[in-house]
Amino acid sequence: MTEINLDNKSVRELNEKLQSASSGDKFSVNNTVGKHALSVGLTTEVNVDINGHVGYYCAGMNQQAKIKINGNAGPGLAENMMSGEVRVTGNASQYAAATAHGGLLVIEGDASSRCGISMKGVNIVVGGNIGHMSAFMAQSGCLVVCGDAGDALGDSIYEAKIYVRGKVKSLGTDCIEKEMRDEHQKELKQLLKQSRMSYGVDEFRRYGSARKLYNFDIDQVDDY
Amino acid sequence: MSKDNPTLIESATFPRHVIAEIQRAAKTGIYDIRGFGAKRDIPTFDDLVFLGASTSRYPLEGYREKCTTEVVLGNRFAKNPIHLKTPITIAGMSFGSLSAQAKESLGRGASIAGTSTTTGDGGMTPEERGHSKTLVYQYLPSRYGMNPDDLRRADAIEIVLGQGAKPGGGGMLLGQKISPRVAQMRNLPEGIDQRSACRHPDWTGPDDLEIKIQELREITNWEKPIYVKVGATRVFYDVTLAVKAGADVVVVDGMQGGTAATQDVFIEHVGIPTLPAVRLAVEALLEMDMHRKVQLIVSGGIRSGADVAKALALGADAVAIGTAALIALGDQSPEYEEEYKAIGSAAGFWDDYQQGNDPAGITTQDPELAKRLDPKLGGRRLANYLNVLTLELQTLARACGKSHVHNLEPEDMVALTMEAAAMAGVPLAGTEWIPGKGGM
Repeated sequence: MTEINLDNKSVRELNEKLQSASSGDKFSVNNTVGKHALSVGLTTEVNVDINGHVGYYCAGMNQQAKIKINGNAGPGLAENMMSGEVRVTGNASQYAAATAHGGLLVIEGDASSRCGISMKGVNIVVGGNIGHMSAFMAQSGCLVVCGDAGDALGDSIYEAKIYVRGKVKSLGTDCIEKEMRDEHQKELKQLLKQSRMSYGVDEFRRYGSARKLYNFDIDQVDDY
Repeated sequence: MSKDNPTLIESATFPRHVIAEIQRAAKTGIYDIRGFGAKRDIPTFDDLVFLGASTSRYPLEGYREKCTTEVVLGNRFAKNPIHLKTPITIAGMSFGSLSAQAKESLGRGASIAGTSTTTGDGGMTPEERGHSKTLVYQYLPSRYGMNPDDLRRADAIEIVLGQGAKPGGGGMLLGQKISPRVAQMRNLPEGIDQRSACRHPDWTGPDDLEIKIQELREITNWEKPIYVKVGATRVFYDVTLAVKAGADVVVVDGMQGGTAATQDVFIEHVGIPTLPAVRLAVEALLEMDMHRKVQLIVSGGIRSGADVAKALALGADAVAIGTAALIALGDQSPEYEEEYKAIGSAAGFWDDYQQGNDPAGITTQDPELAKRLDPKLGGRRLANYLNVLTLELQTLARACGKSHVHNLEPEDMVALTMEAAAMAGVPLAGTEWIPGKGGM
């Protein structure tokens, strides 16, 4: 395990080191004090433990790396992640996993608004609650919420799937509750197991697109 | 007044095209969506003229004395700035709105002429990367097709905050252009209308933009120049904020800038013309002592070497062309006159790029239509056109006694109208008067 102390190393030095590491290498990063763009653009199966709170865009565009943040994360956590796994033990601010294409993001605490905005294939599991406008224009992938969801969940959603255990304050335009079939239960069970959340799949409801806004229709103009 | 019946007087308030639009709106219940750019008459670079050298200045000999055109973009922070042979670049246009052959043609033409081309919404295609010596990768709100491998494969990154045709607006690629390949690249079902967001999903405001730029630099090892593109509205402030956020290059797109598809009301009524936009951008850079340190690229209605020369004389470092490049490839060609007629238009007027039935095979995903454009021939045409623009630019610069096109300056020009004098900040011809700035 290589330790990188951000008291005496710059963000540039940190990222250079992590980006050039080999698969299997292990790192611990300390004294983060909310710095931005930590551990971004990684491309190999390295393990990174970040001890402390992080600022914007931590784990941005991650590919293959396994990153754990022992603390809270600022806006844009794991934005545009392609693969790998990112876990935060605390809460995450706005737009977690925005536009992310793949991989798994686990937020053990709460996620703020717009979690999974425009997600394109990522799987997100939130242990607590999520804020308003989450999964806005979500294209594909799964958003699992073990707590409650805020206003306008899944507004203008495309083909992403949302599973919520608690209450949904309101659904956004074109987002509806859908039947939980076997394949969904299987998928959810797998995600809960992977993210180490000990809930039963029967406790969840599924939400997705009504697909009414896929092609512009003047008679539905009030829905836009 | 009708040619055939002089007693018929056409209304200035309700001319025929306005009446037709009211009738169309009443029939369909939806606003007019189209491509191309603003068609209304606005002050342009045509309203400026150069003061060629005579007794008080001496010119340079054409074909004999050097007038260089090289430009370096992005040397503020990036390790690998871009070096171009000519300051005329190709603006961002997406695969999706354009065919793969058209994108390849743009790459080929730009590479022959020694300049850059730019991706668009929907990501980077291998054809485009393979045929573009210098490729700028657009980072757009929708992030369709956005991935870090392409980011690293690019030569520069352009963060798009807006475009001149629709500042403050997103995009819409209608279902008929969503082929299996486009759908796959954008991770959406085939045939559905694809909305491109109007603002980025993971930041709000210039303070966040600064952090986003830091992230992009960290991911690309601080190698790539970072451009920030804005549609021309509050240009002075937008350029100031982009520079403060850490941009290497600022791109300002005036209201004449083209689009693949948006509402006509947006194209014609939002944003300011390119002419005042250049001056405002240069003023912002000068005030921060960043002129020539952060480069300025200007786009929106650039058609000729004269337009390029005038933009540069006002202080731009380079220009970008979009609509003109498509015309060079074959858009609006009289060769397809009958087919334009068949779809209710005519060569020189066609603007329904969103429909995907482009007779010239450029703004389409129909494989049969797309085959009409030979990428090698298209690339050659574009290179020819870019070379002509560069030659025209050099001709004007030499006439003003300049050995590099960047030595052109506002003092080399006067305006033909009061509007242009005010917007460009150069005197009205025959006077020393600049509206708003005094003089006689």
